[in-house]
Amino acid sequence: MSSEVNGASGAAAGTVAGATGSVLRIRDLHVSVADTPILRGVNMQIRQGEVHALMGPNGSGKSTLAYALAGHPNYTITSGSIEIDGVEISAFEADARARLGLFLAFQYPVVIPGVKVADFLRHAVSNIRNPDRREGEGLIGMREFRKEIRDRMTELGMDHEFARRYLNDGFSGGEKKRMEILQLAMLQPRFAILDETDSGLDSDAVRVVSEGLAKLSGPQMGVLIITHHERLLEFNRPQFVHVMLGGRIVETGGADLAHELHARGYADIRARHPDAAPEPTHTTPAAAV
Amino acid sequence: MSTDTPVKSDVEIGAYKYGFHDSTDFYAFKSRKGLDAEIVSQISEMKREPAWMREFRLKSLEIFESRPMPSWGGDMSELLFDNIYYYMKAANEQGKSWDDVPEDIRRTYDRLGIPEAEKKYLAGVKAQYESEVVYGSLREDLANQGVIFTDTDSALQEHPELFREYFGTVIPPGDNKFAALNSAVWSGGSFIYVPKGVKIDFPLQAYFRINSQNMGQFERTLIIVDEGASVHYVEGCTAPTYSSDSLHSAVVEIIVKRGARCRYTTIQNWSNNVYNLVTKRAMAYGDSLMEWIDGNLGSKLTMKYPAIWLMEPGARGETLSIAFAGDGQHQDAGAKMVHCAPNTSSRIISKSISKNGGRSSYRGLVKVHKDAVNCRSNVVCDALILDPASRSDTYPYIEVEEQNVAIEHEASVSKIAEEQLFYLMSRGLTEAEASAMIVTGFIEPLVKELPMEYAVELNRLIELQMEGSVG
Repeated sequence: MSSEVNGASGAAAGTVAGATGSVLRIRDLHVSVADTPILRGVNMQIRQGEVHALMGPNGSGKSTLAYALAGHPNYTITSGSIEIDGVEISAFEADARARLGLFLAFQYPVVIPGVKVADFLRHAVSNIRNPDRREGEGLIGMREFRKEIRDRMTELGMDHEFARRYLNDGFSGGEKKRMEILQLAMLQPRFAILDETDSGLDSDAVRVVSEGLAKLSGPQMGVLIITHHERLLEFNRPQFVHVMLGGRIVETGGADLAHELHARGYADIRARHPDAAPEPTHTTPAAAV
Repeated sequence: MSTDTPVKSDVEIGAYKYGFHDSTDFYAFKSRKGLDAEIVSQISEMKREPAWMREFRLKSLEIFESRPMPSWGGDMSELLFDNIYYYMKAANEQGKSWDDVPEDIRRTYDRLGIPEAEKKYLAGVKAQYESEVVYGSLREDLANQGVIFTDTDSALQEHPELFREYFGTVIPPGDNKFAALNSAVWSGGSFIYVPKGVKIDFPLQAYFRINSQNMGQFERTLIIVDEGASVHYVEGCTAPTYSSDSLHSAVVEIIVKRGARCRYTTIQNWSNNVYNLVTKRAMAYGDSLMEWIDGNLGSKLTMKYPAIWLMEPGARGETLSIAFAGDGQHQDAGAKMVHCAPNTSSRIISKSISKNGGRSSYRGLVKVHKDAVNCRSNVVCDALILDPASRSDTYPYIEVEEQNVAIEHEASVSKIAEEQLFYLMSRGLTEAEASAMIVTGFIEPLVKELPMEYAVELNRLIELQMEGSVG
């Protein structure tokens, strides 16, 4: 059953080169939104250096898992646990989780009018690199920060002008997603969750984002890619592909499972798991921007 | 985002930096509490005013007494007119140098950073303490070009004709109850005359300070910008924190002549026991530009709607206002644009922030008179509400008597932005840092209009206001 799916992944993970560092462990996670249960017992274990893909039809709970992991206050964890290296983080606020090395690339990045990308990121980088930093304490040096952000923007093919723009304000879909990847590059998390980073992008933009992610991920980063499509996975080949249905992970396989889903859709999966709970009627509220 | 964390109050001295006060023992004169014809006559007598001004005051008092309290706007039920001191004079003489200013008062202005600012970036300063201006300066080259920057009492004595030509012409005593009150008991304020073609490069600043408990401050400002001239005037206001209320009720009249330009910036940071009920109006003539930049952070209740009457073709008016309402505060602020001539244009941008149970209201009027064709007006109001206990309202009034005009009005209210908070927090910012960043960004379009020093000051004040907004 679903709770057994990842039972073997410890051993499997051991075979991935470099995957020896931190572990993000999700155990029997139940999450409700506005008292409606969405996740109904999710298990997953991600080690630094591993690439996981999470696939599944609309409404199966993929984004809910992403928000619950990142600590969105509207996503209530009713039971189960989320641990990083044995530390239970499910009661932590989003900022504390970020300082522990968790990062969510948003499906719908939020517009923050009047806040310049560089000002925001300098603050964020200062907090993440110095988790004990207290409010009002100095930020990281302007000169080194500026050099670093410029270098990262160059690598992602972004105009340096981006640093002076207001965060996501007036950005095209592709620009927003690239901005997420820039943040990922600057914050260097131990665990990155990418929530449908490929959605709404044309094929060139998907390639840019995929290549960007491929460059960034490495032995120091565990990655969970949430996607409908296979495209993002071409450059970021997952060792593990999980399929979510009705708020549970019903199958876990290798990269070939993604191919199968791509070729044949979810009909077979549904047929194999007729007992998977009926899909929630609830539409994901986080989609509201 | 825990909602059950105890919320710190803004009115604690820690958050409001300017809540200290001086002793009043050294004062040169203090009227008794309350208001009647005797007090009004006494003020006029002490100022050795001409008879016409005394009569003007007494007539204004009658108007004040005959008018009912406004039934709209904020709650003024706790404003007790009999419990106010209407005139207090702290120093006998106005200082020409800071050394001439009594030591206690000088120390207060040092703490407020005025002498330092004066050295660095101001073309002239007026410091009003209670009812009178205690210090005044103007750069010599400007004085030599005929610029007048003095307190309004001195202007009545020293420039009687110029004074009488304009005083009370923009805002007559009968305009509203509080304009009548000011007209009866006015004292201090700035008088500015900028001669034709003179462009003043640095701001002129006035600083208003209330020191006593139950004080009423009624400054009266009159600014005349002659043809083709330009000036930027800035005022700041603070007061000590007391448990009982004070009243600030100013009248500001501005005349901007053909081709001239006037920018009037206010950073109002009264303590939370001050009623701030102010009437401000400018007349803008052909091809001139009048701008109000109005930052309201302090006070218990502010009711203020800076107005621009666009009198001749080509006149332009702009109001940018920010209101910040915290615990126990109501900011009822806005703007009025009155198009009296063809080809005039106006713009109102209003941003308000409410938190910790504060209430902010935008109240604005755009009026287009008949035959004022080809007018354009654009109104944008954005409100940001930081928590469920806080409130924001919009009262836009549009009166158009002419068909051939373009009027736009947009209003938006954002709850804070739970998604914005989460987004920033997911990048490692604390809730307080994230809120402050959202608020700073929200007012950024307005702050960037300010000279750098004031932008820094305003951002700092907002940060202070934001401190303690989350536990």
